[in-house]
Amino acid sequence: MSILIDKDTKVICQGFTGKQGTFHSRQALDYGTKLVGGVTPERGGETHLGLPVFNTVQDAINDTGATASVIYVPPFYAADAILEAVDAGIKLIVCITEGIPILQMLRVKAAMEGTGALLIGPNCPGVITPGACKIGIMPGHIHLPGSIGIVSRSGTLTYESVHQTTAQGLGQSTCVGIGGDPIHGMNFVDVLSRFQDDEQTKGIVMVGEIGGGEEEDAAEYIKAHVTKPVVAYIAGQTAPPGKRMGHAGAIVTGGKGTAEGKVAALKAAGIEVVSSPTDIGVAMKGCF
Amino acid sequence: MNIHEYQAKQLFLNYAIPVPVGKQAITPESAEQVANELGGDGWVVKAQVHAGGRGKVGGVKLAKSPAEVAEFAKGMFGTRLVTNQTGAEGLPINSVLIEKTYPIKRELYLCVLVDRASQRIIFIASRAGGMDIETVAHETPEKIISVPVHPASGLQGYQCRKVAYALGLKGSQIKVLGKIMQGLYDLFLAKDASQIEINPLIETDSGELMALDAKINFDDNAVEAHPDIKAMKDADQEDEKENKAQQFGLNYITLEGNIGCMVNGAGLAMATMDLVKLKGGLPANFLDVGGGTSVEKVCEAFKLILSDHSVKAVLVNIFGGIVQCDIIAAGILAAVEQVHVAVPVVVRLEGTNAEQGRALLTNTGLNLYAADDLAHAAEQVVALAKEAA
Repeated sequence: MSILIDKDTKVICQGFTGKQGTFHSRQALDYGTKLVGGVTPERGGETHLGLPVFNTVQDAINDTGATASVIYVPPFYAADAILEAVDAGIKLIVCITEGIPILQMLRVKAAMEGTGALLIGPNCPGVITPGACKIGIMPGHIHLPGSIGIVSRSGTLTYESVHQTTAQGLGQSTCVGIGGDPIHGMNFVDVLSRFQDDEQTKGIVMVGEIGGGEEEDAAEYIKAHVTKPVVAYIAGQTAPPGKRMGHAGAIVTGGKGTAEGKVAALKAAGIEVVSSPTDIGVAMKGCF
Repeated sequence: MNIHEYQAKQLFLNYAIPVPVGKQAITPESAEQVANELGGDGWVVKAQVHAGGRGKVGGVKLAKSPAEVAEFAKGMFGTRLVTNQTGAEGLPINSVLIEKTYPIKRELYLCVLVDRASQRIIFIASRAGGMDIETVAHETPEKIISVPVHPASGLQGYQCRKVAYALGLKGSQIKVLGKIMQGLYDLFLAKDASQIEINPLIETDSGELMALDAKINFDDNAVEAHPDIKAMKDADQEDEKENKAQQFGLNYITLEGNIGCMVNGAGLAMATMDLVKLKGGLPANFLDVGGGTSVEKVCEAFKLILSDHSVKAVLVNIFGGIVQCDIIAAGILAAVEQVHVAVPVVVRLEGTNAEQGRALLTNTGLNLYAADDLAHAAEQVVALAKEAA
């Protein structure tokens, strides 16, 4: 088994008929994802990529039985799209959109409390279970069905970890890009706990970066609850304080959220932290 | 996005947050005139730069006459102020703020920001105003009070009273602080701020509360929705190369080393910088060219990197996902020819069509090195930079 998604997960796309939605929906279909339709207001009843288009998420669920949704709408409409999906009863919402104002995400997170819906992202590559289901913008062909769970705040570093674990013949159970924004959905601990419970997952790669304190929380959690081998890498050791390094959430402020602090917390919890991003695959292989 | 203190105080006035009487000036003559208009017998001249720590380095001066105001202003204009927050080059002083001075009884601290851990807007307050709040938090955490605000309920009266009592305020001051906090909260929401800091919030001898300093940061993701805020942007206060990068949709940050880096993706860009350092070099910049890399973007990225004359070698690190490496390689070739890149360029391509991409980059007669893996690429670029230095 994998976590969050499998070959039977029915997925819809919000922002389906837009440029991004169209491009990545085609890629997902080619990969074998059970994409069953999409939502674009005022385009309901049309057919796009051979799939039905709906006006609302509720219509899409009623007609297709979808339980997951991927969002490709522009930043100022994304909060609305997430909450529409929550309201309609979507269980897993994957928001790819980058650039959502932080105050909108604060309200979204508060409104989601108690609903049971899971949010991945925003500003993330998405989630993939190799060979079964791809929800997001990651290149499918670099993945290999296998035993390593990968969780990362960065898209390209997720690909880097995938590439290395594929090259080592380990493959991946599920890869989750939790996103580069300061306020986001599922965090490291949410994903780590699922990897710990997942039989297919034998080892875990965790890729963090500067900013915030979620890596430190993860270190504590791993120490207390995770029995599987974990290899961690933290990006941004050379980042100057007070500067946003591309990701809205990648910033060291007031001496907090430094790479050194995160590495120290992880090491103190007994976790193997590689100092070079090129050593992730080898280190993971070395655990078996 | 940052704005100047005088702009922040103008916004404060719009939200009924008390500030000292004052006005901004851009010449010594107008500074003197402002002092005359304000009246009184003491003025403060404050250099307007996007950085704190001004007082310790001559960026804040007390004048006893309008003539002295003009003199201090004259000494500031056209210079660059170097504080512990600016870096060695400092920031240009193009305007000053002149304010009346007030007898200060106490200096307090008040700040509102988005707290990542609690996912709430929180107020932070302390009796230890005028000091670096991080130092206070580190040395005397008991002196700091924080109040999270639920987005559904908004700021409540009891929360303001809690802060007021913790700050040792009394009588009518309790209500005044409540109004200040509500003003800050309304301003925060209305303009998509990410942090508003008043340090210090002063209590005058007569018991008045007033924001002696004002610092506002806005959420870059929301600035487009606020043309009034966007108009306050002062490009002179920002790195020229970083401004230019923004125009082309590139994420660029100037660093101190001599190895230029061009990478797709923010995480990989950070990791590449780290790797350069690990191999004994120093990165000259952070540069994320983004996902959909075009020839034009690669050209502009090269121009930016090479406009930093300390750059002795360039490392290009691309993990081709959706974008194909052979197309990127073609873009690099075009860019190297168009921009006349004189320094050696090491290129690491991985992912979709990586082999075809590498083939395109070998035997070009140009100063290009196609590396087969990232670790070697980093070692190679560090060696080349050392040779050239």
